[in-house]
Amino acid sequence: MYPASFEYLKPQSIEEAMALLTEHGEDAKLLAGGQSLVPMMKLRMARPKYLIDIHRLADLNYIREEAGQIRCGAMTRHIEIEESVLIRAQLPMLAVAASEIGDVQVRNRGTIGGGLVEADPCGDYAPVALAINAQFKCVGPKGERLIPAAEFFSFAYTTTLGADEILTEIIFPLPAQDSAGVYLKLERVAGDFAIVSAAVQCAVDKNGVCSAIGIGSAGGGTVPQKALAVEALLRGQKISPELLAKAGELIQVDAEPIEDMRGSAAYKKKALSAILRRAISEALRQAEAKRVS
Amino acid sequence: MAKSITLTVNGKSYSGEADSRTLLVHFLRDALSLTGTHVGCVVGRCGACTVMWNGTAVKSCMVFAVQADGDEVVTVEGLVKDKRLHPLQQSFWKNDAVECGYCTPGMLMSAYGLLQKNRNPSDEQIKKAISGNLCRCTGYGNIVAAIKEAAGNFTK
Repeated sequence: MYPASFEYLKPQSIEEAMALLTEHGEDAKLLAGGQSLVPMMKLRMARPKYLIDIHRLADLNYIREEAGQIRCGAMTRHIEIEESVLIRAQLPMLAVAASEIGDVQVRNRGTIGGGLVEADPCGDYAPVALAINAQFKCVGPKGERLIPAAEFFSFAYTTTLGADEILTEIIFPLPAQDSAGVYLKLERVAGDFAIVSAAVQCAVDKNGVCSAIGIGSAGGGTVPQKALAVEALLRGQKISPELLAKAGELIQVDAEPIEDMRGSAAYKKKALSAILRRAISEALRQAEAKRVS
Repeated sequence: MAKSITLTVNGKSYSGEADSRTLLVHFLRDALSLTGTHVGCVVGRCGACTVMWNGTAVKSCMVFAVQADGDEVVTVEGLVKDKRLHPLQQSFWKNDAVECGYCTPGMLMSAYGLLQKNRNPSDEQIKKAISGNLCRCTGYGNIVAAIKEAAGNFTK
């Protein structure tokens, strides 16, 4: 099975990649790990005339902690995020999300930047990025800009990244030490994209009140969502079973899931509610345990 | 557009012409006649074409040959040393981990990738490591047992 013909280009720097992207415009595509793009090209769903391979630009492969943030180069592979001691300790739900992607072979090649730019409605990183307000650093001919996660996904498989821009870095603000994060995914078979998923980061004070909470979800529509209404409902409250049930109702109000082979819209709404409630309960339990210890 | 590429496969240097769109699996099989690597689904679902590329297991139908120019690849043929089966292959034989054999090269390479990193994997870790490899004879039980046993006898 062969894709349409294309010219393979391998720039040695971000600047060179950007120049190639500017030169070839809509005819070009950036190749990251290729674990979605290559099959899409074989199925002729993508037919770039120029393929610009940026996977091995060393400047785009790193994980570091800096000024209360974890910064990941866009070409950092899923396996490196899954196994990063730093991420496992400081932002475990991100390592969990990475470990849920595809299979080992896919995680050995696929990258965080590639996965985010692909913008599958049920990708694993987006809910985590939305829950904790990650920012995406992009460079283009006009310079550098930061796009907040909540403004990055515009439609299924579509982002607000310009055609001449390159996503270079994902910046995750580190959550407070006493908070806990959980990523939960419902899938049909191991390694599939999610039917629905939810990421919750929260903290609990000594009175059992939820003092801070961030929620991201996928599967409720054509783009992953930051659940602002649910966050507002729960923030500053003691979370009783009744309030949790209300959160499960609220997440369904604005949800318009896509009907596909993974389930009907009605099923996905219920599933999203259930996964969200489970993720909130587990995050609260972990945050409570952290506070006591 | 054909391009001249050079790969080190199983420790030996090979040069050949590859179209940009030639998949690594086709280059290995058609240009280098290394047919041990199998072509299954060709869309990255079955794992039959798994090889080691610069030290990690990848599906060679998800990579263009030109991407591997100058790199190191190990295929199932590379597991045999001095005409002796690799401990993994011996263990697959001993544990009846082969039925029709179609998935076997991919299973072996995924297992090889796992054992490079983890010499004492649990059943769960083995299952996770081969979750990208489909066996339609559904002989997974024996495959897991074979990998577990081989882990004890594994040498690089």
